[in-house]
Amino acid sequence: MFWDEAIETIKPADLKILQEKRLRETVSRCANVGFYQKKFKEAGLRPSDIQTIEDLQKLPFTRKTDLRDGYPFGFLAVPLRDVVRIHTTSGTTGKPTVVGYTAGDINTWADLIARNLTMVGLTKDDVFQNMVNYGMFTGGLGFHYGAEKAGLTAVPSGTGNTKRQIEMIHDFGVTAIHCTPSYGLHLAEAAAEMKMDLSSLRVGIFGAEPWSEKTRNELQEKLGVEAFDSYGMSELYGPGVAFECSEHNGLHIWHDSYLVEIIDPKTGENLGPGERGELVVTPLTKEAMPLLRYRTGDITMIMEDECPCGRGPKLARFTGRSDDMLVIRGINVFPSQIEHVLLSIPEVGNHYMVYVDRVNHMDEMTIDVEVSRENFHGELADLKNVQNKVIKSLRDVLELRTTVHLVEPGTLPRFEGKAKRVVDRRGDD
Amino acid sequence: MSCEQYMIRQISLFSENKPGRLAAMAKACQEENVNILAFSIAEAEGFGVIRALVDKPDVAFKKLTSMGFNVAFTHVIAVEMKDEPGGLFEIASKLSEAGINIEYSYAFSGKNKAILILRVDQVEEAIRLLHSHKFTLIASESIQ
Ligand SMILES: [Zn+2]
Repeated sequence: MFWDEAIETIKPADLKILQEKRLRETVSRCANVGFYQKKFKEAGLRPSDIQTIEDLQKLPFTRKTDLRDGYPFGFLAVPLRDVVRIHTTSGTTGKPTVVGYTAGDINTWADLIARNLTMVGLTKDDVFQNMVNYGMFTGGLGFHYGAEKAGLTAVPSGTGNTKRQIEMIHDFGVTAIHCTPSYGLHLAEAAAEMKMDLSSLRVGIFGAEPWSEKTRNELQEKLGVEAFDSYGMSELYGPGVAFECSEHNGLHIWHDSYLVEIIDPKTGENLGPGERGELVVTPLTKEAMPLLRYRTGDITMIMEDECPCGRGPKLARFTGRSDDMLVIRGINVFPSQIEHVLLSIPEVGNHYMVYVDRVNHMDEMTIDVEVSRENFHGELADLKNVQNKVIKSLRDVLELRTTVHLVEPGTLPRFEGKAKRVVDRRGDD
Repeated sequence: MSCEQYMIRQISLFSENKPGRLAAMAKACQEENVNILAFSIAEAEGFGVIRALVDKPDVAFKKLTSMGFNVAFTHVIAVEMKDEPGGLFEIASKLSEAGINIEYSYAFSGKNKAILILRVDQVEEAIRLLHSHKFTLIASESIQ
């Protein structure tokens, strides 16, 4: 099902023409922003120097810290009187980032969300409960406007009061929900405890935090939904930037609205399809707060295979943040790749630590992983096999030789909140 | 003959190669008044398995598990071995002729004989074979 079939299945040649037209418009809007005026001047660039996609390489990156430095309205390309809404995104330190929207932005954004909702099979016949924050966070109002635009019956339940959320799903015959994956699991447990039937549900949209295929199976089984991954960030409007279709193999990003680059986060060089790196986006339709080459910090890659659904190239599911990236003997390694490998091996638990050392000028990576209590049958040979299996699986994925230590269950540190599982000891000496 | 009675439960502990693990295990057994009849340690890179034959396997299992140890039971057999040259060969050759593989073994001195503990890949076959060749197998109830 398509919301806007012509644009969702646009031919590459036509897409390039549209993207370049919109890129030129975006660059000319950026010329109203002090930050970009300064950057253009430093680079000896005039806005008219940017005509084609290839010219994009001449432009500087925009970083999250740049936006923070512009607090509150430094990145607005229009007068505040033309801004109809403000959202903020909280940083881990200091001031939040402020994002402004014109009436046109709100409309365009709702349209993108409507594409996503239609893509996952939702129609006027669906009742959609939006269980995310409706305040400054973009997930609430963003999805809400899109759901109304697509004609769904929107239930703006927001967060909290799980009992009431469950009653509404049951009483209103809710067919689709949007929440974080962890809240989804909590909801399922609470419903089971309350002995409430949630069988009206058929679609679950989960975003705002990364989640694994294991979590997908759990969500689908416990909630009776088909689970879809949703990606977005406030700087790029909010949710709805990229979304899974029913193939569940990567996320479609809307190429008419977002110009995509994948770069090596260390060197800034462009990477080709199939190469994992940091997602850099130039939004092509934003009016109030246009951005050029915005470094998302999120790690993904452009997938090489065409999607049977007929839409454009997809992004692989996100596997962490570029800040977490390690360079081991020149190879980029993301802790999430290690986690992914370990989760796929039932004989080890999901607690692990990664140590990086420099031994005789060579980087050495050591992984401590707890053996799974249930899978120990007393034989040393079994344990050696597990150790070799972990080493081999890691080598297949990372293309890197690692040392693996099996440790006793319950002995590795447990983390509340953000886990610090990587200890880089290079340079300690 | 029932093979069951000759199947002895050995406790196997997963342990990292770090100081104090064996001592912790031994201390726990002492506290629970569990007698360790024999033990051996098998090591790999960075970790190992402590194998122990004890008189109260269930008590030991419960205590060690509660301490966080990863413990499993393994079936072994114990057979009296002549305390003289060729004592081990006699047993090992019979098993190998029958195509039974010894995964590991260790021994301890019983009251007046040496006792060989064997972990084999075909436990029942080994028991029947050794029994038919008049070896003296130790029944589990006589020690546990
Ligand atoms: Zn698709």
